[in-house]
Amino acid sequence: MSGINWQLPVIRRSALTIWHRNILVWRKLIGPAIVMNFGEPALYLLGLGFGLGFFIGEMANMPYLTFLASGIIASTAMTTASFEGMYSVYTRMVPQNTYEAILTTPLDIDDILAGEMLWCGTKSVFSGIAILLVAALLGAVHSWQALWAIPVVFLTGLCFAGPAIIMSALSPGYDFFNYYFVLAVTPMFIMCGVFYPISTLPEIMQSIVYILPLTHAVELTRPLIAGTPVEKPLLHVGVLTIYTLIGYYLAVVLTRKRLIV
Amino acid sequence: MQSIVQAWHLEKHFAEFTAVKDVSFTIPRGKCFGFLGPNGAGKTTILRILLGLSPATGGQLKVFDLDIRQDAREIRRRIGVVPQQDNLDPDFTVRENLQIYASYFAIPRREIESRINKLLEFAALSERADARTDHLSGGMKRRLTIARSLINDPELVILDEPTTGLDPQARHVIWAKLNELRDRGTTLVLTTHYMEEAERLCDELVVMDHGLILDQGSPAQLIKRHVEPEVIEIRGELLDTSDIEQLCRIEHIGRSHYCYTHNPRPLLDHLQNQHDLVFLHRPADLEDVFLKLTGRELRDT
Repeated sequence: MSGINWQLPVIRRSALTIWHRNILVWRKLIGPAIVMNFGEPALYLLGLGFGLGFFIGEMANMPYLTFLASGIIASTAMTTASFEGMYSVYTRMVPQNTYEAILTTPLDIDDILAGEMLWCGTKSVFSGIAILLVAALLGAVHSWQALWAIPVVFLTGLCFAGPAIIMSALSPGYDFFNYYFVLAVTPMFIMCGVFYPISTLPEIMQSIVYILPLTHAVELTRPLIAGTPVEKPLLHVGVLTIYTLIGYYLAVVLTRKRLIV
Repeated sequence: MQSIVQAWHLEKHFAEFTAVKDVSFTIPRGKCFGFLGPNGAGKTTILRILLGLSPATGGQLKVFDLDIRQDAREIRRRIGVVPQQDNLDPDFTVRENLQIYASYFAIPRREIESRINKLLEFAALSERADARTDHLSGGMKRRLTIARSLINDPELVILDEPTTGLDPQARHVIWAKLNELRDRGTTLVLTTHYMEEAERLCDELVVMDHGLILDQGSPAQLIKRHVEPEVIEIRGELLDTSDIEQLCRIEHIGRSHYCYTHNPRPLLDHLQNQHDLVFLHRPADLEDVFLKLTGRELRDT
């Protein structure tokens, strides 16, 4: 009776109309968005990069500022997509009834969430570019290879959008998101190699951390920013892609369960 | 007559209750078809099933001769929807709301602007095209929602309690707009618990309660079928009703008494002699049918 619709989602062009809707809203609020995109990473890089960096000097054979900047690029992609996938998606899904309005058009939940995920990835790219610019101005970026970080940031955004939307589909209210931040986002931020190499962790923790997607985003971003060769790129891209696909699928199934009753 | 929607034995069960039980109906093209019923009767559930937004547990439903289970997207492409609660996009202006909504239907860009201008005119919102939607009054929001539902030039427009919460002026404007639409040949399907609305707008309606269809027909047919044509309402304390009961069928709600009869003359003569009673003589209407079919007790759902 209360059957769950496990049908595989279909991704269609109409997902782009959702992406387009969101970018139009974003354009209206561009002022605070830009302050947020540039302000926060600039504080991290100036405060921690120069402050801590003074004592640390080099980490993993690169200036600490470069090490930190590459980690912050990846972690900001995570937090940007997570915020968008929770607070904004939830707002449209529940209190604002935006999805209810869209679902009476030919669009399905498949289209809506594909569009939302693309948008989360896009927003991550905006913040990634902002940090990259700040980092470059501070002299932390060493080659044009760093531009490859942009598609990586996009993929990272997609990867974290899915779990965040899953939280929205399950959430009874905004406070619920604190669990996910405290239990998932913050631990990854601290443990996945943003501030120090994960090789310094005890071995058992290393193997746990290696399952987490942020680790792989950092492993891809860091050499790209530092101008060194990327090790095992297919593995890292593969992990992020698998998280993206499973996240999207479960987000669609759970959102159907919430809205199509 | 050509039909636009056909439903056979629709059922909708949830874990704890049954929202729709063995409901069959046919909606004729170009008419206004109403679902009338108290809160919780299953009206909104039927509309959701009609849009493919709530899979029916049993039965079969065809809209435009397409099966809702296979062709929901194609069906929605040809339907306009006015939901119970306005769900306009608060981040956009009046015009932008229509533009964005048009994009969901993949309406060609060059067509969009002329269509939007016509709809703004229809909804009497041309002056407010650049206003944010949260600055609009309740009636304006409703008109915008109706305009939005017409963006894809639908053959069928579904309205879930279109005038609930509006002031009398705004309601009359909405009714006029809906009549205008129907006169142009658009099929309207609406739910309401306002008898006046059902009587004014609907060519045909079904009365529902507890997920069941109790009866269907035109407002006049329903009145004829279920109640006596004349009603005398008496307000005040009635000590002895035995002599009145011989002249009519009487029902009581608190201190109001409803007398139903084919021949009101003897009762009126009788009441004329009792100077302490206030009474009103009127023709029977849908409200009488509704209360007779669905009972008079309070609904707390």
